[in-house]
Amino acid sequence: MKKCGRCSKPAVLHITEIRDGDVQALHLCESCAKDYLNPTQAESEESPVEAPASVKAQLSDTTSEADEQVCPSCGITFKEFRSQGRLGCAHDYVAFQDELLPLLENIHGEVQHVGKVPKRAPDASQFQFRLVKLRNRLKTAVDDELYEEAARLRDEIQQLESQMGSKPSE
Amino acid sequence: MDLESLSQTGGEWLRGTGPESDIVMSSRIRLARNLAQYPFPNRASDSVRAEVEALLRSQIEQKPAGRTLDYIRVDQLETLDRQFLVERQLISRELSEGHGRRGVGVSAGESISLMVNEEDHLRMQVLRSGLALDDCWQEINAIDDAIEAEVNYAFSEKLGYLTACPTNVGTGIRVSVLLHLPALVLTKEIQKVFQALQKIGLAVRGLYGEGSQAMGDFYQVSNQATLGKSEEEIIATIKDVIPNILNYERRGRTALVKDNRRGLHDQVSRAYGNLKHAQTISSEETMHLLSSVRLGINLELVDDIDVATVNELFIHTQPAHLQKLRHERLESAERNVIRAAYIRQQLNQERPSEN
Repeated sequence: MKKCGRCSKPAVLHITEIRDGDVQALHLCESCAKDYLNPTQAESEESPVEAPASVKAQLSDTTSEADEQVCPSCGITFKEFRSQGRLGCAHDYVAFQDELLPLLENIHGEVQHVGKVPKRAPDASQFQFRLVKLRNRLKTAVDDELYEEAARLRDEIQQLESQMGSKPSE
Repeated sequence: MDLESLSQTGGEWLRGTGPESDIVMSSRIRLARNLAQYPFPNRASDSVRAEVEALLRSQIEQKPAGRTLDYIRVDQLETLDRQFLVERQLISRELSEGHGRRGVGVSAGESISLMVNEEDHLRMQVLRSGLALDDCWQEINAIDDAIEAEVNYAFSEKLGYLTACPTNVGTGIRVSVLLHLPALVLTKEIQKVFQALQKIGLAVRGLYGEGSQAMGDFYQVSNQATLGKSEEEIIATIKDVIPNILNYERRGRTALVKDNRRGLHDQVSRAYGNLKHAQTISSEETMHLLSSVRLGINLELVDDIDVATVNELFIHTQPAHLQKLRHERLESAERNVIRAAYIRQQLNQERPSEN
């Protein structure tokens, strides 16, 4: 993996910039890319409202070997997604997984959902989600040195795990 | 729903009540959801769009979580009526300008709006006056649960609710608070606040969301990331930061009064005077003056007008609202005359409260 051109972290964003005929290739890590795409604008008083870095901005300058990939479900190509910034169907998240995951990590800083789960989701995945959520909270508790809370969460996780083990699989 | 009668009233969220309503105009939470078995709206054929619309419309008409909603077919509205709903914050520009069958379910007080075939199949929003994010969440969560019991949402264990744009995937939640920050604008401190907010991953936008300019010193603060945090955590991030912004703004207001009470009183009074007597006025100037008056009311420099009247004027003096009031299409110059007349009428009469 290439290293970021501004620091030593691994580069996740690859930009080819053409300015006045000069071609410049940039390889940036997540935080440098953020700075690059959202230069701090202390000087510019005119437009105080800054639109968030859109997916399009993050994608349109990159070239990708995945361009020709097609989602078998909705027929959108990865190139079409890159130019529109919108996916065609839920299956795209599977079809373009390799390309989307780094992008999602870039946007959200995380790639695992820990929020609400549809009540219709099967029990097993409900358990999984509660576990992920609890582990997440445990990590925060440890980071914040809330050891009582951490111990409580650890117990809850163990209890849930044993419950899962005793449950006949569906 | 009768749009004509809507144009005579104001939404509940404009009442200027609720916690911190001197600065917090409104709280809003929206959820993005898609039906698992259909392509997203931008990739859907006309017949698929129609099917999605019919399916979600029937859900909306079944009073999800006991909420009665009026359903409007947005694709059957004229441009002016669509713009009217945008100005009113009931639909997004995206829904207004989209194509194919699409619609919106709206509650009587205008605090709930459920958009069908926007960027995602279903975009649900709950609005409240003042700082009331927990109320918003409870209500929208209940509606979401009710609809979820009947339909199959696109959902993955890893990525959560799947959305047309990867920026919304996960919780599909956008939590936002609309703030009136005139003192921070006057003291030019606002830039610092933006930078601090961006550092913790929050976005700042104008009154009408993405890409819109800040009008009347109104700024919308909202979360950017939707994946990897629970809804409650995302709400907590916003709830934690808002008191700091309110403090800055209040400190700014206090400083303005302390440094130059007479100057500020003069500015506010002139703004009020201009609004009361102008014969022609642009939308931009209206916003600017209303912002001064709103600040004046909160600092008790103006006392014969309530904040709800000013809040309503921000919405009701916009182009489509004026044209609805007059039942005719108006050119910009004509609108400026009608706007001035409307404002004079609202400010110079003893107005009994509508609520």
